[in-house]
Amino acid sequence: MSAVVSWARRATLLIGFVFLYAPIVILAVMSFNASRLVSVWGGFSTKWYAALLENEQLLHSAKISLAAALTSATISTLLGLLAAISLTRFGRFRTRFLFFGAVHAPLVLPEVVLGLALLTCFVAFGVGRGFITLVIGHVTLTMCFTTVAILAALRDSDPALEEAAMDLGATPFGAFVRVALPQIAPAIVTAYLLAFTLSLDDLVIASFATGPGATTLPMRIYSQVRLGVSPQINAISTLLLALVAVALGLAALVSSSRARRDGQVVTSLARAPDNAS
Amino acid sequence: MSAPLLSIKSVSKKFGAVVALEEVSLDVGAGEFFALLGPSGCGKTTLMRCIAGFESPDAGTIALSGVDLSGVPPNRRPVNMMFQSYALFPHLNVFENIAFGLRRQGETRDAIDARVNELLAMTQLSVFGHRRIAELSGGQKQRVALARALAPRPKMLLLDEPLGALDRKLREETQFQLKEIQRRTQTSFVIVTHDQDEALALADRIAVMRAGRVEQVAGPMEIYDRPATRFVAGFVGETNFIEGRLDRNGAAALITEFGRIPCEPGNLPDGAQATLSVRPERIGVARDGEGIVGFVEDFVFRGETTLLRVRVASNIVLRAAASHGERHAIGDSVRLSFPPGAGALLAEER
Repeated sequence: MSAVVSWARRATLLIGFVFLYAPIVILAVMSFNASRLVSVWGGFSTKWYAALLENEQLLHSAKISLAAALTSATISTLLGLLAAISLTRFGRFRTRFLFFGAVHAPLVLPEVVLGLALLTCFVAFGVGRGFITLVIGHVTLTMCFTTVAILAALRDSDPALEEAAMDLGATPFGAFVRVALPQIAPAIVTAYLLAFTLSLDDLVIASFATGPGATTLPMRIYSQVRLGVSPQINAISTLLLALVAVALGLAALVSSSRARRDGQVVTSLARAPDNAS
Repeated sequence: MSAPLLSIKSVSKKFGAVVALEEVSLDVGAGEFFALLGPSGCGKTTLMRCIAGFESPDAGTIALSGVDLSGVPPNRRPVNMMFQSYALFPHLNVFENIAFGLRRQGETRDAIDARVNELLAMTQLSVFGHRRIAELSGGQKQRVALARALAPRPKMLLLDEPLGALDRKLREETQFQLKEIQRRTQTSFVIVTHDQDEALALADRIAVMRAGRVEQVAGPMEIYDRPATRFVAGFVGETNFIEGRLDRNGAAALITEFGRIPCEPGNLPDGAQATLSVRPERIGVARDGEGIVGFVEDFVFRGETTLLRVRVASNIVLRAAASHGERHAIGDSVRLSFPPGAGALLAEER
C-alpha cells in the first residue's frame, strides 16, 4: 500500500518535471548534436559553439543584450531604491497614492501596450531609436519590480534604527547608508538580478524600443527561428539559459544565506545559556 | 537649582487635531534623575522626542545649558536616547553598536577601545563584545542600548520606557543598576514611563502628565503624600477620595455624608467643595474607640497588610490597610481613623 503511494508520488513528480523541463533539456542536448537536423542525433559535438564564435551577428546582439541588461538593471535598481525610499520615509505626501499607483502600474500593464506607448513616445519626441531607447524601455519595464522588492525590505526595516543612528551623531544620509542600507542590501541585490534577467530575455519591449544597430539577442534568435532552427540558435539559447540560471541562483543564494544566518542565530541562542539574568 | 541643564518653556505640539503637548514647562537640573510619568497618550513620549530633536514643537522653546535647541538636528544635540525597542543595529556586534556614536565623533581608535571597554565593564557585558545582537537575551540587549547611548558622554540621557520589555524580576534588578549607573556617570537621566512604581523608585523628581499637560512636578515623596490634583492622587498609588464641604470654623474639617473629618485646609476657602485623598495605609483600623464607624464588607490578604473594604455610608466604601496580625471578618463593625495631616485636600474638580 505505502509502496504504491510512494511510487505514485514519484511518478507524479517525474511527470511534473518532464512537463516543465523536457523542452529545455532537449534544447540543451540538441545544442551538442553533431547533425544539422534537429530530429536526428548525429553524435556529440561542440562545433555549434565554435561556430557561434564566428557568427558576428549573434555575438554583436549578445553584447547589445548584455550591455542593455547591465545598464538598465543598474538604473532601475537605483530608481527603485529612490522610489521605495520616498514611499516609506517621506510620510504621506500629497501625491503619494498617485505615485504608488504609477510606480506599480507596469506590473499589470500588457507588455505590448507598454511597448507601443514607448514607441509612440519616441516617435512623437523625434528620438532616434537605438541602444539608449532600448535601455529606457527596459528601465520602464523593470523599475516596478525593483521598487516592489526594495519597498518590502525597507518597510520591514525599523525606522527607529535610523533615528538611533542620527541620535548618535550620524547625518540623515549617513544614518541611511550605515544602518538602513545594510538591512536592505540583500533585497537590492535580488532586485538587480531580477531586473537583469528581465531585461536579458525581453523580446516585446525591445522590438518596439530598439532600432537598427541595436538588435538584442532574443530579437535575433526570434528572427532566425522564423527562417528555420539552426543548431547555433540552440547553442546560444543554452548559453542564455545558463546565464539566467546563474543570476537566479545567485539571487537565491543571497536570500538563503540571510535566512541561514538568522537560523544560526536562533540555534546558537538556544545553545547558549543565558548568564545575564 | 541655579541654572537648570534643560529648560522647557511653554512647549506646545499638535498632531493634526490631536493636542499632544499644551504649554508644558519644565526644568531638569544637571545630574538629576527625572521622570515623565503618565498614562499612554499623555504626551510624555512626544515631549521626549522634542528634546531629542525628532519632533519640533509648534510653540515654546527647549534650551540645553542655556542654548536654544530649536532648529538643531538630532545628530548635533548633546543628548542621547535609549529607545523603547532598543533599536540596536542588527548588522553590527555589541562592540560596534556601542562604538557607533564615538566613531561619528571622530575619536581615535585607542580612545574608542578604552571607552567601549569601560562601558562593557560597567554594564557587565565584557564577555559579549563580539556577540551579534540577535544572540543576546532581552536583559543583555537592554544593557547594550544603555551603554550605546552613554558612550558619547551625552549631557543628558533620555530613556523611553527602558524597563518596559523586561519581565518583573529582571525589572527590579535593573532599576538598581540604572540608578547606580546614573550616580556613577553623573549624567542627567530623563525617563519616560507609565509605571508609577518605576518613577517612584528611580527618580529624584517626577513630572506627572495628563492629556498633554503637566499636572505636578515634585519629588516622589511629595507626589505620593501631597498630590496636587485628583488625577495625580489617583494615578500614583492607591487612594480613597472622600468628598465633602470644607468647614474652617475652629478646627478645620470636611463635612461629609458620614461625619466631620478633621483635615488640613490648605488655602481652600471656607465652604468650598473639596476632595480629601487618603492612602489606605494611612487609615488606622480599630474595633472600638473614636473614628468613622463602618462595617467590613470584604478583605484581601496582601501578605504585609490586609486590605479591607469598609462601608461607611450607604454609597461610600473606604479602603483601609490593616497591618499584619489584625484579623477582621466580613460584617465586623470597625472604627476608621487618621490624623488630620494624613490626607491631601484637593479642590473639587468637575
